Amino acid sequence: MSRAAALLRRDLGRLLLGGRGGGPLLPVLFFLSVAMLYPFAVGPDAPLLARTGGGVIWVAALLAAILPLDRLVEPDIELGVFDQWALRGISEELVIAVRVLAHWLSFGPPLMLAAFPAAALLGLDGATLRMVELGLLAGTPGLAALGVTVAALTAGLRGGAALAGLLVIPMAVPVLIFGAGSLGTGGESGLALAGASSLVLIAIAPFAGAAAVRAARG
Amino acid sequence: MQGAPLRTAAITARNIACRRGDRVLFAELSLNLSSGEAVQIAGHNGIGKSSLLRILAGLAPAYAGTVTVEGSVGLLDERPALDPALPLGRALAFWQRMDGAPTEAVQRNLERLGLAALVDVPVRYLSTGQKKRAAFARLLAQEATVWLLDEPLNGLDSRAVELAETLTAEHCAAGGVAIVASHQSFRLTGLARLALADFGA
Repeated sequence: MSRAAALLRRDLGRLLLGGRGGGPLLPVLFFLSVAMLYPFAVGPDAPLLARTGGGVIWVAALLAAILPLDRLVEPDIELGVFDQWALRGISEELVIAVRVLAHWLSFGPPLMLAAFPAAALLGLDGATLRMVELGLLAGTPGLAALGVTVAALTAGLRGGAALAGLLVIPMAVPVLIFGAGSLGTGGESGLALAGASSLVLIAIAPFAGAAAVRAARG
Repeated sequence: MQGAPLRTAAITARNIACRRGDRVLFAELSLNLSSGEAVQIAGHNGIGKSSLLRILAGLAPAYAGTVTVEGSVGLLDERPALDPALPLGRALAFWQRMDGAPTEAVQRNLERLGLAALVDVPVRYLSTGQKKRAAFARLLAQEATVWLLDEPLNGLDSRAVELAETLTAEHCAAGGVAIVASHQSFRLTGLARLALADFGA
């Protein structure tokens, strides 16, 4: 097994099978809770729910993606795992790139599956649901890359987990605008822009995240 | 390390200095170790023993000076680098895969360290001494030629202390190099001693 494959296997084990953070269940339950609570808040206005539901799903997905941030980088710095990787010549860039993939796999596909019951709760039609799913497919990899980068930047800081959440939200605005925009007048160009935003974030993440880990490691 | 072929290893530090904030912890420190040699870095808490090891490992930049290593570096410090949620055997198996070591190395090293009965116990349930022994098992599987041991005896009982000293002696006998940072007595034939206080700025 190559080192990258062993890293991915370990990360998926930690992020998917849980441990203290509850694996992917917590983001999915949070996501569904938002979708369930929204109709209670705005009332049984089906046209309003159908018109705004897609945007609510996007906001819920963004907030759900923030939940596992404190488990992404900090524990491995505290345990000395990054040091041991460095001694073996395993670059932080490789570790961060693998972690972006693992983080996305742990919340992206589960949220896309959870979007089906969420769409039913919000009364979305088939065409809107299709665009929501495509938008999540295009945008959630960018959210994963952003999450890992910010988790690395805030690792070792007091209150880092809360700070990470606050930092991710404004930086995720482009992905949110393009992804949610694809549900309205933006259409497929919105999807393309959400995908492009994701690609930029994925390209930056290994280098920015690795530099942050090296700085945090001291 | 028993039965391992003789290897060559060396580590040379020239005029290194370490600075933390505005304070220079030590300066003009040089050392040169080659196969079979070991040195104990001695000094009180906070004098910079761990910082010196991190500089020698290449994990932290030196304020001045250079470090040259011939061979591979293995570091054992207070952090076991083992996933707390995983059973000990699986946590060590991860590093065995990272090191490209044979699968049986995990079981062999667990037995060597007296941890075979704990193979299915999650790391978070291990005592401090057991975690330290598990870290030794990880170090053995790495087969690094230069060992940097940061307070390797902390938390160990007398039998485990003896085992740690024996493992280090075997490592050196097999051609390895060991640098031991400890405020405790470390019994090893031919162990040189370097007092970090002598290099205080």
